[in-house]
Amino acid sequence: MIKSVVEFKVETIQILDHNSCFHGNYKVLEHDLLAIYENMVRTRLFDKKAIALQRTGNLGTFPSSYGQEAIYTVIGHLMNNNDVLCPYYRDQATFIQRGIKLEEILSYWGGDERGNAYENQSQDLPISVPIASQCLHAVGVGYAIKYKNEKKAVITTIGEGGTSKGDFYEAMNFAALYNLPVIFIINNNKWAISVPSEKQSATKTYAQKAISAGIGAVKVDGNDVFSLHYAIDNAIQKARNGDGPSVIEAETFRLCDHTTADDATRYIPKEQMDAAKGKEPLSRLKKHLENSGLWNEKKEESLLEKMAKEINEAVEIYLNTPPQKPTSILESLYDKLPEALQDQYNELEEMA
Amino acid sequence: MKKTITLLEAINHALDHALKADDNVVLLGQDIGKNGGVFRATEGLQSTYGETRVIDMPLAENLIAGSAVGMATQGLIPVAEFQFMGFIYPALDQIINHASRMRNRTRGRLTCKAVFRAPYCGGIGAPEHHSESTEAMFAHIPGIRVVIPSSPARAYGLLLAAIANPDPVVFLEPKKIYRSIKQEVDLNNKPLPLDKAFVLKEGSDLTIVSWGATLIEAQKAVNQLEKLDVSVELIDLATIKPIDIGTILASVQKTGRILIAHEAAKTGGVGAEISAQLAEKALPYLHAPIKRVTGFDAVMPYFKLENYFLPDANKITNAAAELMEY
Repeated sequence: MIKSVVEFKVETIQILDHNSCFHGNYKVLEHDLLAIYENMVRTRLFDKKAIALQRTGNLGTFPSSYGQEAIYTVIGHLMNNNDVLCPYYRDQATFIQRGIKLEEILSYWGGDERGNAYENQSQDLPISVPIASQCLHAVGVGYAIKYKNEKKAVITTIGEGGTSKGDFYEAMNFAALYNLPVIFIINNNKWAISVPSEKQSATKTYAQKAISAGIGAVKVDGNDVFSLHYAIDNAIQKARNGDGPSVIEAETFRLCDHTTADDATRYIPKEQMDAAKGKEPLSRLKKHLENSGLWNEKKEESLLEKMAKEINEAVEIYLNTPPQKPTSILESLYDKLPEALQDQYNELEEMA
Repeated sequence: MKKTITLLEAINHALDHALKADDNVVLLGQDIGKNGGVFRATEGLQSTYGETRVIDMPLAENLIAGSAVGMATQGLIPVAEFQFMGFIYPALDQIINHASRMRNRTRGRLTCKAVFRAPYCGGIGAPEHHSESTEAMFAHIPGIRVVIPSSPARAYGLLLAAIANPDPVVFLEPKKIYRSIKQEVDLNNKPLPLDKAFVLKEGSDLTIVSWGATLIEAQKAVNQLEKLDVSVELIDLATIKPIDIGTILASVQKTGRILIAHEAAKTGGVGAEISAQLAEKALPYLHAPIKRVTGFDAVMPYFKLENYFLPDANKITNAAAELMEY
């Protein structure tokens, strides 16, 4: 006898489509929408400035989030101070809303560890460059939260390429087993450096990988702040209420190089890039705000002016911050400098 | 309370004490719950402290290390067990890329107070991958400590110290001597110092430095050498990283001869590092070249041949005799 013992489905959600047509009746408060828009603009301008700094030799390698500002902004907008972020490395829009200063973000990509010391953010994990490794931290954080009976959500982000790693599965499996308050958000931006999505996985969606761990799967239009807001808000409430983990795939397109060390024109067909630009999140939201009477060119101009000032001030602080002393190479390695390292410390001191 | 116990029981007592003393301490590993671990190091702890504090983890080593890193950033003190050192490698990404550098990369904002325990070394006739000694690999990594006990008392005191240490510690347990030696241990909850070598016996003719199960062979060699009227100073390195070169140097200044014995492969082993530091600092005091007795630069043989691989007391005695005749 053959019978079906379990069946699965993957839901996709789109509320504001790429023509800025609104579907359904999901509501996001006006001031929330405006705050989200503002942060998306801030992030886009910040990314542009960071690339300019890199091109002029004033910053190291930098990963732009061009075209993916909606995901990271909505995440940051919905998290509260008690929640914990376990990011990968394209999350600057979220960082800004977590209280991390623009000059700290620049400092990190400018080659200074103090960029992770976050003056106004104590518990979030730093940028995690080894792909998918942050997912394992997130479940450890989630375990600690549950252990202490706290009502907090943990959000970890990952690219679609990262879902090919065992870490991703190991983390989801553990999160589901222990019903941990962890939300995995996949930014499916279609390109893992030069490897296209269709060469990354044979699954129809990335979200459905959650099903293998026993977690429900949802896929949203990652360029639509409304569907992101809906899915992430639900997942955060679920986590804080002790109802377990979620996995959300957000479909976007990487409208930029992987990092400033990359040249996407080598592998992304121009027509694909051009088509993707027509679906990008910022102008989509702007048009919606204009259609709703919430936005106009005058407001846009004053926002751009405010953002430029904010970013320029951060750049000034960044460029005028003296580097750390050479001895700092050893000072934070251990709680106290082991005696065995004293000679090497002295050597660094002499180099100052 | 004094009790005559094995090294394995000493580990169990230290874990028990740590769990009792601080609610933030959690144990995680494979089969560590009801089964008490494959070697029984965590025997009885889950029934005392519950499933949320003694966690039977899914079979995924990188998860064990990575979730420990995450827990530590939020104030828990995870003590992770890997079933055998040969299976710790999937967790290297987390231990090397994250645990060892969390403090440094955040300039102290976040830390990784965690212990990564694993039984290591050969000599028990175990299957492939179950008899490795790759402590030097961890000793190469800045930001972590590597600690290897070689007696029940030091296992107890050093594990307490490792758990109390504010930075990550890789704690390798010589499984060959888990049950073979017993010792009276004062279960006084007192940690022993990390970063310090232990001078187990003073002597004037020759210094022997060793650690783990090989130290037991070195002790036997010391007895053989005493009969040949060679006065040996025996040092248990105990903390493999950072190395307490001061204690070794002081001994070599006195004896003028040094033999380093470990079972790990020779090339790039911890013995090579001690040799290099002594070549830099001790040359004027040496009456003879530095000598190493180690495992071979070979894959750990399957157990039918493992006794050829492991340095034993005779090998150490013979090497010491050569040094004395130099």
